[in-house]
Amino acid sequence: MQKYDALIVGGGHNGLVTACYLQRAGLNVVVVEKNGWVGGAATSRELTPGFLYSNCSYVCSLFRPEIMRDLELPKHGLQVIAYEGGAVFTRDGDYLASYRDHDSHRREFARYSKRDAEAYERYARDVTRQCRFIQPLLMRTAPDPFGFRPRDLSEFLYLAKKFGEFSPHEMAETLRFWTMSISDFLDEYFETDVIKAYLALSGIIGTALGPMSPGTAYVLLHHYMGEVDGSVGAWGYARGGMGAVTQALARSFEAVGGTIRTDAEVSKILTRGGRTTGVVLANGDEIRADLVVSNADVKRTFLKLVDEDALPGDFVHRVKHFKMRGSSGKVNIALDSLPEFPALPEGSSCLRGDMHFTDSIERMERAYDDWKDGRWSADPFLDMVIPTTLDPTMASPGKHFMSCFVQYCPPKVEGRDWTDADRDAFAETVIGQIADYSPGFRDRIVHMEVRTPREIENEVGLTEGNIFQGELTFDQLLFNRPVPGYAQYRSPIHGLYMCGSSTHPGGGVMGAPGRNAAAEILRDLKRTPEQMSKAHDVI
Amino acid sequence: MTSFDAIVIGAGHNGLAAAARLAKGGRKVLVLEAAHAPGGATRGHEFAPGFRSAGLAHLVNRLDADVARDIGLDLSGEGTLLPTTVLDGSGKAITLHGAYGESIAGISAEEEAAFVALRKKLIFQAGILKRFLRRPPPQIGAISLGDLSTFAAAGFGLIRKGRSEGRDFLRMLLMNVADVSDEYLSDDRLKGLLAFDATLGIHLGPRSPTSLLGLYYRLTGEVAGKTGGQFVPSGGMASVAPAFVRAAEKAGVTIRCGTPVGRILADRGRTSGVVTRDGTEITAPIVVSAIHPQTTFLSLVDPAESGTGFVRSVKNVRSYGNVAKLDLALDRIPTFEGLPIESRHGRIVLVRSMEQVERAFNPAKYGEFSSDPVMEVTLPSLADPSLAPAGGCTLSALVQYAPYRLKAGWETGKPAFLKIILETLERHAPGIGTSVVAANLMTPVDIEAEYNLPGGHWHHGELQADQLLINRPTSAASGYTTPIEGLYLASAGAHPGGGISGLPGWNAARHILSAARL
Amino acid sequence: MNAMTKSAAELRRAARDHILAPRLETPFHDRLMALSEVNDWYNWAGYKAPHSLFDSELEYFAIRSTAALFDISPMVKYRIAGPDAERYLNRLTLRDVMKLGVNRVHYTAWCDDHGHVLDDGTLFRLGAQEFRLCCQERHLPWLLDSAFGFTVDIREETEEIAGLALQGPTSYAVLRDAGFADVEKLKPFDIAAFPHEGSDVTISRTGFTGDLGYELFVQRAKALSLWDRLWAAGQPHAIRAIGYGALNQTRIEAGFIVANADFVTAEGSLRALRVRMPDEIGLDWLVDPDKPNFNGRRAILDARRNQTLKHILVGLEIEGNIPAEHAIVYHRKKHEAGLVTAAIWSPTAKRNIAIASLERPYGSKFTDDLWVEIYAMRELKYQKMMKRAKIVPRPFVKLARRTATPPGLT
Repeated sequence: MQKYDALIVGGGHNGLVTACYLQRAGLNVVVVEKNGWVGGAATSRELTPGFLYSNCSYVCSLFRPEIMRDLELPKHGLQVIAYEGGAVFTRDGDYLASYRDHDSHRREFARYSKRDAEAYERYARDVTRQCRFIQPLLMRTAPDPFGFRPRDLSEFLYLAKKFGEFSPHEMAETLRFWTMSISDFLDEYFETDVIKAYLALSGIIGTALGPMSPGTAYVLLHHYMGEVDGSVGAWGYARGGMGAVTQALARSFEAVGGTIRTDAEVSKILTRGGRTTGVVLANGDEIRADLVVSNADVKRTFLKLVDEDALPGDFVHRVKHFKMRGSSGKVNIALDSLPEFPALPEGSSCLRGDMHFTDSIERMERAYDDWKDGRWSADPFLDMVIPTTLDPTMASPGKHFMSCFVQYCPPKVEGRDWTDADRDAFAETVIGQIADYSPGFRDRIVHMEVRTPREIENEVGLTEGNIFQGELTFDQLLFNRPVPGYAQYRSPIHGLYMCGSSTHPGGGVMGAPGRNAAAEILRDLKRTPEQMSKAHDVI
Repeated sequence: MTSFDAIVIGAGHNGLAAAARLAKGGRKVLVLEAAHAPGGATRGHEFAPGFRSAGLAHLVNRLDADVARDIGLDLSGEGTLLPTTVLDGSGKAITLHGAYGESIAGISAEEEAAFVALRKKLIFQAGILKRFLRRPPPQIGAISLGDLSTFAAAGFGLIRKGRSEGRDFLRMLLMNVADVSDEYLSDDRLKGLLAFDATLGIHLGPRSPTSLLGLYYRLTGEVAGKTGGQFVPSGGMASVAPAFVRAAEKAGVTIRCGTPVGRILADRGRTSGVVTRDGTEITAPIVVSAIHPQTTFLSLVDPAESGTGFVRSVKNVRSYGNVAKLDLALDRIPTFEGLPIESRHGRIVLVRSMEQVERAFNPAKYGEFSSDPVMEVTLPSLADPSLAPAGGCTLSALVQYAPYRLKAGWETGKPAFLKIILETLERHAPGIGTSVVAANLMTPVDIEAEYNLPGGHWHHGELQADQLLINRPTSAASGYTTPIEGLYLASAGAHPGGGISGLPGWNAARHILSAARL
Repeated sequence: MNAMTKSAAELRRAARDHILAPRLETPFHDRLMALSEVNDWYNWAGYKAPHSLFDSELEYFAIRSTAALFDISPMVKYRIAGPDAERYLNRLTLRDVMKLGVNRVHYTAWCDDHGHVLDDGTLFRLGAQEFRLCCQERHLPWLLDSAFGFTVDIREETEEIAGLALQGPTSYAVLRDAGFADVEKLKPFDIAAFPHEGSDVTISRTGFTGDLGYELFVQRAKALSLWDRLWAAGQPHAIRAIGYGALNQTRIEAGFIVANADFVTAEGSLRALRVRMPDEIGLDWLVDPDKPNFNGRRAILDARRNQTLKHILVGLEIEGNIPAEHAIVYHRKKHEAGLVTAAIWSPTAKRNIAIASLERPYGSKFTDDLWVEIYAMRELKYQKMMKRAKIVPRPFVKLARRTATPPGLT
């Protein structure tokens, strides 16, 4: 029987990141993946001939540059291209564009309000200030307030020192910021609906909260902390689709001798005497390993793969109550020509960025009310991108791949499972919204893939289709993620670790959970990683 | 003319508590009240011939024992804790007896055990928070020894209970009440009650993150040493204001009613007194504003005397009321279906489920009222027969959600909302409609006008995480002191917040006195 | 349909095409374009502005020897008017606006509640109830929020108003020959309106060069004819158009500071330690503790009383002739004391001068034994040198002709 030093359950981006670091530290590592390909929610798949789909995650910004560098991802093919702009289309036939050029951006806002145009400066500064505080936390293990170990204490001291660099006024502002809704926060700066709607979208993407829910200002930060080559808050496309990220990771892993086994679904994580010994695959094969690291979400890992008897009761209780309700869906579309948006000037850079149709916070919040009632939003919020406007590798010239991220979309429809008819009706809602702003849109569609939380769970394995492997609310952040007392990537079972987005600092194609998990594992093994960069300096 | 050491603006219970404490500290204190009688939101009024309402509040559930003892408040009746009955329209009531359900009637033993466990946990956690209520919020950059000892005591309190309780505290602190209830309870009515209690008077739904804070806040209150208890003083709620007045007067405070303040005198960062609306100047080195912080800084202090940033932050205080107050004059005592007769003098909450509360909240976000509102009801004339003519009865209801900024305007909204409320009451107490002699619905707009409360918000500002402690009402004025030397805040808009606790006023006065000793 | 009857939404839609020209052209652009020999443009707050037009060094001599025209249209301009305008500005800014007469200008600055400088600028009193505030950064939300409780109207008019600085020893002669009668009566910081093409041009005796000079403001539509009028009259007086490079040299000689170059504005700073109080950037003289309350008053006076001011801005004279821009300042060659924010070799003073921000007590208590470490790039190699620096008063160049009234012709 094969035996490895470490086995990674699931070949998502975090699992691969952990695998790379461990293999590079001299361990013999195997990644087992249930699908016929690795990538988890960061994949590029040719679902119809001639079109490559980023069918789950679709944009890249959060992925930590430290990891790209440590794991030599550029050498293995990763290239990220920054967005050029973005737009929210308004119901009156106009739009609000976002431009990279500072003064154009201001003049665009000034079309709606001179005050808002000038207020944006202070807003951007205040958000960046908060980012500066939070960013260093991403690449560190969250200290345990009740750990009482020297390491936890020194980590708290470090955080206190960071916080101490703020003025008293800023500290008070930070406490406010963390607990505010993005809607209330924006009300303090802006007066124009569409401007607020545009800025609020980062506060809700991927979350089961509406823009009026407290805590969404923090979620905004979560999306704002990314960067494209030092340009903070910027977003980009991975050339070749999001699969390019995980393909580069896989190549990097294999280049240092790692083993990947696809079509190998883990059905059980084996434990004996409070210690893991390996896994059993769905086909009955057993793979032995001293360490098992689960890239699967915390529910799947501990409620499906591990025997409940092997776990403390209160831990299981907490995992059961870990919130990871899916809130989004995805409609991926192959187009035989570039859609037209008559509102935009010809050749507008907005097409080469993110586009939206929700022009007020109220519409966003009402979309959330539908979700609370167990329905997909009748007037959903869309984050729509056409990566092929910048990436020639995903479709042949003139053809386009369009990704529509849709919010809100519940894990169950009014308490029952999704049906195919539901899925089609959901897709029609989305296509209808786009077609309202883009005449002839339907005729351009060559192929379409519709993914509700059901499809996302079935293919990617994300419980309830939650893209962050767990909601980003206070009770599930930092030392509470995923379970208080088990927020440092270790589990109650010796040798079994977590490295997915269910752990700190959470979801998005960031890689930080995987990297931090590797750091903790290597610490337990008393090994020093060959190359693990410290967090880059904060801007 | 007599000169005063301190002028207190507003003779609400917080103003009177502050005045009494200052007077007991040897200061000569003048209280100026705009209305013709003291009491603020506890001030009663006749709303129909022969029928009186005792004011906004219809129960006492957080009167601070230290405050009461210290200022010599003589308010009796604390011995009788009132029950809370939840009616969902099915006729099957559940009644919480003792202090917030020490025992419960109407639910399964299993559910009662679950509630006991949750109650115990919440009371423990609220107890940690309570330590911070009786003192000014810690000032960042100038943490005092007292602050440190409060933190240390809170930390020790957590550690003593063991790691898992400590961890649970940090996990739950900013959660929503819905997820917590769902984890522990299964009875919809009980969950509905917790949802209602956590959000009453707050612009949050039970599923909004941080909504558990509202419940914690309730459980930081106590009556006769019992956390979560509620009572109506003997003589009814109408006896609350006079008790505060007596305490203040006994301490030597001068109270002048019918004397609205027009302006707070300030020059280059220092106050020197006030000018009443009739033009009389009254000087004093200390001015304590026990009225809404926004009235204080946006109307009474010349904005030129405050900084732009400060004015901006005061304007940003979210203070739009969500609750309507209904007073009904009835020609007989109503019969609520399923309400045990021995519980009818208590609090009656009309709620079916948490979802109902959440759905009632939805329209409030968009400036609409709920067509299926949730409410708590009391029958005040049972405790104070003088409120109604013989044989008659008064009913007081706090109805949620009724947004201050109603899109359609309250002029047309009010009759429509009243109709909905009366229909709701009719469903629970068939026949009540025919017994209505008069109805007086106060929307937040009416509450604003009647009690000079901007936004009609009884907490003088949303009681939400971002407007608490060092950010209440705003960071530059969070420790009762303000950017204007000599001017202090002492209303519910200051730490710790609203409800008849007397704490904001009392804390403010103690802070003023201790600062003077330094 | 004319503009007056267009709805706000239509006007908004009509403005969409701004993106086709991301760099705005100033009202004088046609003339600048025609004169630009070197096509050396830079981005000034979204406007295409000349860094130089023919030769930066020679442009400098136009300012100091003849007359120089510099386009200041991109300066941010706010019109503040109304019965409370004076009281409003008195609360907003540091100096006493009650002492600013009609048709007078003063240099001032404004702070947030914490006494940190938001910006500096010039305040023009155009009437009893009418002012213009000119500055580098944008402040509309701050100005509007400050208006709570005041009857005052605030309008951003940057694009509508064209501005020109006419600076140099022959600048008066140019104006006189251009037909601006009685312009010689203007004392420094005086303003007067003069007819131009059926409209008015506002001329103030102000400038950013420390030389004799004027600033002219006119409606956008009259900009080019004003330029032509000055240009024609200026020919005998050797008038030249200049870019920012030359102007910057003269402003350093005059000891003036520039927001976000010599200090970071309170709204622009990401780091708590970067903000500055007036006393920390040499603007203590603007603070008037005796006038009615103003933004930042308490914080500034507290900092003075408690001696918690952290920085100080000084003028330095540095040995040698290598400009020390962005050099680190040391005390006794080893303790880091601060940073040079602007530096040039002054052609007029023949001194190597600099403006530096030092961390107290350097510059306040320890004023001797200061050094700057200059890295001079010389043919792809840094030449590192430690030069002695001496704190000297600003301005570094003081010219009698700047203030002489009536002004001289040469």
